[in-house]
Amino acid sequence: MTFSDSAVIAGIDFRSRHTWGFIAGAFFLIILFPALNAAGMVSNFTINLWGKYLCYALLALAVDILWGRTGLLSLGQALFFTLGGYMMGMYLMRMIGDLGQYKQPIPDFLVFLGWSKLPWFWEPFDSFQFAFFMILLVPGIVAFVFGYLAFRSRIKGVYFSILTQALTYGAALLFFRNDLLMGGNNGFTDFKFVLGHDVRDAATMRGLFVVTAITLAAVYLLFAWLKGTKFGLVQQAIRDGENRALFSGYATAHYKLFIFVLSAIVASIGGALYTPQVGIINPSEMTPEKSLEAVVWVAVGGRGTLLGPIIGAIAVNALKSWATRAAPDLWLIMMGGMFILVVLFLPGGIVSIPGKIRDGVAILRRPKTPAEAVVA
Amino acid sequence: MSHPILSVEGVNKTYDGFKAITELNFYLFEGELRTVIGPNGAGKSTFFDLISGRAKPDTGKLEFGQNTDLTKLNEYQINRLGVGRKFQAPSVYAEHTVYDNLVLSLNRPRGVFASLFQKLDSYHRDKLDEFLKLIRLDAKRHWKAGLLAHGEKQWLEIGMLLAQEPRLLLVDEPAAGMTDEETHRTGELLLSLAGKHSLIVIEHDMTFVKQIAQNGKVTVLHQGSVLCEGKFDDIQANPKVREVYLGRGKAN
Repeated sequence: MTFSDSAVIAGIDFRSRHTWGFIAGAFFLIILFPALNAAGMVSNFTINLWGKYLCYALLALAVDILWGRTGLLSLGQALFFTLGGYMMGMYLMRMIGDLGQYKQPIPDFLVFLGWSKLPWFWEPFDSFQFAFFMILLVPGIVAFVFGYLAFRSRIKGVYFSILTQALTYGAALLFFRNDLLMGGNNGFTDFKFVLGHDVRDAATMRGLFVVTAITLAAVYLLFAWLKGTKFGLVQQAIRDGENRALFSGYATAHYKLFIFVLSAIVASIGGALYTPQVGIINPSEMTPEKSLEAVVWVAVGGRGTLLGPIIGAIAVNALKSWATRAAPDLWLIMMGGMFILVVLFLPGGIVSIPGKIRDGVAILRRPKTPAEAVVA
Repeated sequence: MSHPILSVEGVNKTYDGFKAITELNFYLFEGELRTVIGPNGAGKSTFFDLISGRAKPDTGKLEFGQNTDLTKLNEYQINRLGVGRKFQAPSVYAEHTVYDNLVLSLNRPRGVFASLFQKLDSYHRDKLDEFLKLIRLDAKRHWKAGLLAHGEKQWLEIGMLLAQEPRLLLVDEPAAGMTDEETHRTGELLLSLAGKHSLIVIEHDMTFVKQIAQNGKVTVLHQGSVLCEGKFDDIQANPKVREVYLGRGKAN
């Protein structure tokens, strides 16, 4: 679909296979899968695991809108994912109340550090609304400040990648410190309640899964809409010819900043949903290799395709879940090998396979060049 | 003749000690088509960089129209004033269709938020159809620009420039890599634009220069400043020009 396509009603093209694929996928994840879980046909373990995959899929979409659609390879998106996780974690820590090991009204790690009352910046996190607001705001501000400086100085290509990697690494080192009062290297864990529900309860897990699936569908629709606007065209123009865009009157730095902030917020929402489902958030999630993993998911699934990053995130993590049990020592080698294979032999990723098969069949049936196609 | 649309006075630009532009003075009048020639390293591309905001002069004055100081503005701001630039190597968005390349070039609000909700209206659709016919890519409007032949890409970029409705066009070697027939057609197109637009064309191909210069002025750049200016025949006959440029086997 392009900007010039007029045969689309209200942005939805019901003749498209993509539309029906989306409807089927959303139905499966939002309704069928949780229903099967409620009926006891899908285990609680499985739905919890898939909840985690879907959070990763949100991170993958965040990486893709930057890397796939705009050509900005950020190796720091895990930072925003983890920041969102921490903001949610702060709320969850407050919801433990005095049920912690020390039976104190403040989080255990603070008691351990010798605190008897709550630090000021922890106070408002008793409110879910406040935490929710911070999940959007904190990563948004970090991304805005960093992006403003980087894009204004016209940092691009590999320099941008290195800087984002340094940013997330620096943040990880900061969060490892106990005196940040964010739990140090243990991070946050032992959560008890979310919005009044027991987090270990099967129904709560199911609810969190459904919320994650709906969020993923919403972000997918947002990004699909964005792709069809003139904004989407400019985004791709920046990827393929930033100079041309700059000399055509587009303030490309503004566009990149907008996308960078949007990506950070999406990653953050993914992280916020991740924390209660996985039950722990710590600074190791922020390290550069986590960001690199997200890049691998996107590459394996299919860069710039919306569906590809989601498939990549789920497929690679499902493989990881299996491999880390079956052959833990080999996992990193497998992931590296997979990345190399995709880059060399399948640059379009998993989602390009059906097209390749169709093309192969079409070539066998009747060879046709673009020139012939136009004449006909 | 009317006011100058571009005034360049006493401009200097040095790159790592190399004087790319030295005490350059240059005036272009509204509706004029000026051809700029000069041997390699004469500062032709730097000259365009300075006008279009890619580079800033060390000293000197660059004014657009009556009193717009170009040295204070960056690339996209200068473009929005109405200065379009065509690069030497065809610079189109390879993955976009020909049509979308033109859509992106239309002279409309180009801010982030404007682009989110901007739709094509019938006025702009008609305009796009006009441009497609003018650059003879009507039949290939849904092609990806990257699939076009070299000459077609050059034409597409000229079309993109026109879609911006610029007052001043900076055209860097438009005929590079074109066949003789394409070159001639490009010349006709540029000539048809003069009057409505003001143009500065950098070119090496002397047959082409002769075609587009007609009775207009040709400026010869040498070592970063103007060696001489005048009609094509006078330039060709000028012994200084022959020495620095034409004498090196470039004359036809």
